[in-house]
Amino acid sequence: MAEQVGRRPHVRPITSEWIFRHPRYLRYMVREFSCLFIGAWTLMLVCALGRLSEGPEAWGRFLEGLKSPWVVAFHVLALAFAAYHSFTWFQLTPKALPVQVGEKFLPDDVIAGAHFGAWAVLSLAILFFAGAF
Amino acid sequence: MGERTVEFEVLRYNPEKDAAPHFQRYSVKCREEWVVLDALNHIKESVDPTLSYRWSCHMAVCGSCGMMVNGEPKLACKSFLRDYPGLIRVEPLRHFPVERDLVTVIDDFVAKLARVKPFLIPQPGAAQAGTGEYAQTPAQLKRYKQFTLCINCMLCYAACPEYGLIPEYIGPAVIALGHRWNEDSRDGGRAQRQEELAATNGVWDCSFVGACSEVCPEHVDPAAAIQQVKIKSTIDWYTEHLMPWLNK
Repeated sequence: MAEQVGRRPHVRPITSEWIFRHPRYLRYMVREFSCLFIGAWTLMLVCALGRLSEGPEAWGRFLEGLKSPWVVAFHVLALAFAAYHSFTWFQLTPKALPVQVGEKFLPDDVIAGAHFGAWAVLSLAILFFAGAF
Repeated sequence: MGERTVEFEVLRYNPEKDAAPHFQRYSVKCREEWVVLDALNHIKESVDPTLSYRWSCHMAVCGSCGMMVNGEPKLACKSFLRDYPGLIRVEPLRHFPVERDLVTVIDDFVAKLARVKPFLIPQPGAAQAGTGEYAQTPAQLKRYKQFTLCINCMLCYAACPEYGLIPEYIGPAVIALGHRWNEDSRDGGRAQRQEELAATNGVWDCSFVGACSEVCPEHVDPAAAIQQVKIKSTIDWYTEHLMPWLNK
């Protein structure tokens, strides 16, 4: 009879090194990290509503504060992260929402493209109602 | 057909002698058309018979030879040496305990797979009267077919950081296989599978890294299955809580 072999499975520790093991993990972390900026911007929006409710003077001071280079830099970063998050999100929509027509699925580009199209139309509509044109 | 000397670094672990795994270097003359598994077989036959690893079919069907090749989860039988010009580092699949050398302990995956009941739970009335056959149109087959191609190789588990960080997570392949049966027109077992799939350690541990689908050697898309289950489970929740009359 074969000799009994002792079992002692070795568990390798997980370290944060995985983030840098492949570009896909870094891209994922950037996408997740973007929520901090989007969250901070949303908090700023809530503050803006608070100032608006306090009257024209408080609102004016708030608008003046937005002109600070730090706040402008923050907005540029927040916009970049929001755009990156939206872009990566819409690219993933074909996985979540496959559309089967008969024996075929609609191509990924069609589903992602429809989302990008709707995004563009809604953004333009908001800009229009905001009086940008 | 050319030959060249290839340098390998293989993770070795003997539970009876080693306190921890270590890398062992092998310098072997390989034929250019070989895959990593051929080289491992050559090492075992001619250089070092103590090397342990799993393999069976050598044609990307059995799913046994999953291992980390230069840090990426790969089937050793599908990893051609010509795609690796330098040193080739071979390790056991990440996120699984190492039994010995390149052999991992896969009990966790096997137990989780059983929990989602990956088999047909017939839909009452789906069998045709008289013949007892379960008829299915090509369109109904197409709906789930890609998920049937999973070979249980567990590369997606080695690629998934969520599984590494949350060992209770049921994982990509298991969800894809549960979803495969849920999407089958002959099946009526979705409610039973939801207990596992729609749980916290089911789809909701997934934060959509997407690595599972990128590394799948059979081009199954587990990330897609997971997101589809998330959407359907969310709709379930809303209909149950906001439109309870629909559940009657």
